[in-house]
Amino acid sequence: MNIDGVSTGIVLDHIQAGCGWEIYNLLGLDKVDCTVAIIQRVQSAKYGRKDIIKIDGDVDIDLDILGYFDTKITVNMIKDRELVRKVHLKLPETLTGVLECRNPRCITSVEQEIVHQFWLADPENKKYRCVYCDSVYKEKK
Amino acid sequence: MSELRHLINITDLSVDEIDHLISIADDIIDNPEAYQEICRHKKLATLFFEPSTRTRLSFTAAMMELGGNVLGFDQAASSSTAKGESVSDTIVMASCYADIIAMRHPKEGAPFVAARHAGVPVINAGDGGHFHPTQTLTDLMTIHRKKGDLGNLTIGLCGDLKFGRTVHSLIEAMIRYKGIRFVMISPVELDLPSYVQEKLNAEGVEWKVVRNLEEAIPELDVLYMTRVQKERFFNEEDYIRLKDSFILRRRMLDSAKDDMIVMHPLPRVNEISVDVDDDPRAAYFYQALMGKYIRMALILFLLGIR
Ligand SMILES: [Zn+2]
Repeated sequence: MNIDGVSTGIVLDHIQAGCGWEIYNLLGLDKVDCTVAIIQRVQSAKYGRKDIIKIDGDVDIDLDILGYFDTKITVNMIKDRELVRKVHLKLPETLTGVLECRNPRCITSVEQEIVHQFWLADPENKKYRCVYCDSVYKEKK
Repeated sequence: MSELRHLINITDLSVDEIDHLISIADDIIDNPEAYQEICRHKKLATLFFEPSTRTRLSFTAAMMELGGNVLGFDQAASSSTAKGESVSDTIVMASCYADIIAMRHPKEGAPFVAARHAGVPVINAGDGGHFHPTQTLTDLMTIHRKKGDLGNLTIGLCGDLKFGRTVHSLIEAMIRYKGIRFVMISPVELDLPSYVQEKLNAEGVEWKVVRNLEEAIPELDVLYMTRVQKERFFNEEDYIRLKDSFILRRRMLDSAKDDMIVMHPLPRVNEISVDVDDDPRAAYFYQALMGKYIRMALILFLLGIR
């Protein structure tokens, strides 16, 4: 893997081609104070085309959000131009403040201050349930 | 001091804890005098954000029979939420005044929010169509008193099995006991939701569907009736055609076992005809009485007294 241009930071590899921008926004990388590069449609031996994000700076990213989005993404932690850790993502057990419950009978529908929270009810089918009303999260079409 | 306990869903209690509650309730029935002052100077707050006379009366009677006091409100319109106060603020305030809280709310998950903020135990007294654990405890207590055991029973569930939350949580509670069989008696339109069916199958519980109440009755030890509500149907004809197949009449009990019991969470509309009331197998008013005793036991347990 090419970690050129990153002295200390993170390289997100094996992002599904075309999803780089979405990940960039999900992780709030527009708000970080360092160099971020999105490299799109890189030819990969294993996966065909993929996107890569390189973050050159000491930032924390939310691995839960990333794991929920796509567990195939690999997270490479870089320090002093060396790969120090490779993180393989898994589906997070809970997701806090990421997904929104859309059940109109749920308490979160009337009280805006409550932080939406989901728990992983069925890992095989990536099914998350609201901790308040137990309804299953359905992706927006 | 032990960790604060709440009751939001029936599965918050282990089978052992449910057995413990039932044995306290049995003891209260046998020795009421021993309990009549036990909650002296303790206060129960009944926070009913939607009205439910029956449930509130049961909690009030339970606390009074323990010698405690009751305060609260029974409609959000007359309380602070009408002014826009959040559940969490209301609960923090109520925690200052009461030792234990019974809360009913039209929104699902509201008691869970309450429990996260409360300084005292919270009992979910019903949150929309979601959970109603004290109803389930009432049902278990009734079955225990009438049948002696919570295992080895064939239980018929009749009526609205699709939206009937009491049925779903009774299933959830009963599958933890040995030798339980279910007979589901409902119109196709009101079949058990697939996730409950999946749970039954995953747990290896024996169950079947019968489309006619009369046919199902002879093999049952417990017949649990629920209301078939008109608003669940698209048109009046479907409702009228179907509702009669799921009404219990006196003559239908001729083929029932002598010790079968008929249960109903109440209020009933017409799904059990009144001539069944005099039959010794009718257990639905007895069930209301058991609701008071098991709530007394629950209050003692959550307050750490028993
Ligand atoms: Zn919800």
